[in-house]
Amino acid sequence: MAHEQIALALTVNGKPVNRRVPPRMLLSDFLRHELHLTGTHVGCEHGVCGTCNVEVDGKVVRSCLMFAVQVEACAVNTVESLGTIAKLHPLQQAFWEKHGLQCGFCTPGMLMTAKELLANNPNPTREDVADAISGNLCRCTGYQTIIDAVMSAAEAMRNTELNEVTSS
Amino acid sequence: MKPAPFEYVRPHTLDEVLRLLAEHGDAAKLIAGGQSLVPMMNFRMARPALLIDINGLATLDYHRRDGDTLVIGALARHATLSASALVRSLCPLISDAYLHVAHGAVRNRGTLCGNLCHADPASEMPAVMLVLGATLVLRSAKGERRVSATEFFQGIYATAVTASEMLVEVRIPVSDVRCGHAFEEVSARKGDYAMALVASTLDVRGGRIHAAALAYAGVSDRAVRIASLEARLVGQVPSQTLFDEVAAAAADSIDVSEDQHADRAYRRDLIRTLTPRALAQAAARAAA
Repeated sequence: MAHEQIALALTVNGKPVNRRVPPRMLLSDFLRHELHLTGTHVGCEHGVCGTCNVEVDGKVVRSCLMFAVQVEACAVNTVESLGTIAKLHPLQQAFWEKHGLQCGFCTPGMLMTAKELLANNPNPTREDVADAISGNLCRCTGYQTIIDAVMSAAEAMRNTELNEVTSS
Repeated sequence: MKPAPFEYVRPHTLDEVLRLLAEHGDAAKLIAGGQSLVPMMNFRMARPALLIDINGLATLDYHRRDGDTLVIGALARHATLSASALVRSLCPLISDAYLHVAHGAVRNRGTLCGNLCHADPASEMPAVMLVLGATLVLRSAKGERRVSATEFFQGIYATAVTASEMLVEVRIPVSDVRCGHAFEEVSARKGDYAMALVASTLDVRGGRIHAAALAYAGVSDRAVRIASLEARLVGQVPSQTLFDEVAAAAADSIDVSEDQHADRAYRRDLIRTLTPRALAQAAARAAA
C-alpha cells in the first residue's frame, strides 16, 4: 500500500524548513535523520524517559510522541537553539559547573525541560525543580547535581535580568 | 519502536471528522494529544490505517462554566486544566488529582477527553469523573448521545465510544460548596500510573454524612465507584473506625488485579491505607 508523503513547512531553531515526510515519521526521527539535529536524543521511544523533549510553539513536548506532520506551521526549538560552544546558555554553563551530567545522554531533555521551568518560575525551590524534571530519567547523577545546576542557572539568569534592568 | 504506516488527515471541522469516522470506522483512530496512542502505535499495539488529527479543531479547546456545570471540550489539555483557577474553584477534586497526572511534557500535550477515551485502568481522571458524576457527550454523523461516567468505562482500554463516535465534551456538575473532597494515590514515582488511588467527596450535615462518593482506580480492570460502600457511609458520624470498616470492605469487595508493579496483597494493603486517609481528609474539608 503506497503511503503518500506530506509536504511540511515549519520553523526549527528560528530557521524555515521545508520537507516531504511520510506520516509515520516521528518528530524525533525527523529532527535527527532529516535535519541532522542529533542533540535531541532518543531513549525509550514511548514517552517515558524525556530525553527527546523539545519545544513546540513554546511548550515542551516529547518528540517521540508526535509525528513530524503534526508540527506543520509550528516553531520547534531543540537543544541546539540554546547556546554555542563559545557562548553557552546559562543552563548549559551551570550543568558544566555543577556536574549536572556524567554520560550526558539525558542532558538535552533535562535542559529543555529546565528552560521551560525557569521561563514560568524564575525563582524555583529545589522541590519545584525536582517536580519539573520528574519526567526525565537520569541513570548517572542521582539528580541532585542536576537540581544544583538548575538552581545555579536560575540565580545567574535572575542576576542577568537584574543587571539588564538596572543598566537600562 | 516505529509505528506501522498509516494515512494522515487533519480536518478543520467537526463535521468532517465525523464523516471520516462514519466512513472508516474501526480502521480510523482519532489523535488529540497522542500521549497514550502514539506509544501504542510505536509498539504496534495500535495500527490504525487512518489517523484523524483533531488538533486543527481549535474551537474544541475550551473549558467554561455553563450554569451549574463545568464543561470541558475535546481539545482541553491537561496543562491548561491543571493550572485553571476556574477548575480549582468549581471542582477542586480535579485540581488535586492533577498533581498525580503524568509529567509536564505529557500534560502540555495530552487532553482530558483523550485520557478518558484511552481508559487506562490505572489513570486518575476516570475515577475523578465517576466521583463527580460527569456526563460524557458522544457525537457521530448520526447525532449526539450522552452517557454517564458509570456507563462510559467498560474495562481495560474499553469505553462506550463506538467506532463512529467522538467524545466531544465532558460535563461535570459543579461541586456543592458543602462537599469535602480528597484524592490519594500511591505510584512508583510521582506522575507514574497508580498502583492504587482513591477519590472521594463527602457531604457532611449536622455532624453526619449526608452523601458520599467513593471511587478507586489502579486496582482492577477499570475505575470503579462502589455504591455499597457509599451506602455504609451515609447517615453515619465520620470516624476513624467507620473509615477503617469501609476500607476493609473495599479491599474485600473489589476484584483486585495484580501485575509486575504490585501484587494483589499489596494493592489490598494500599486500599486499606488510602481509603481512611482520603475519607478523613474529605470529612475534614466538608463544611460542618
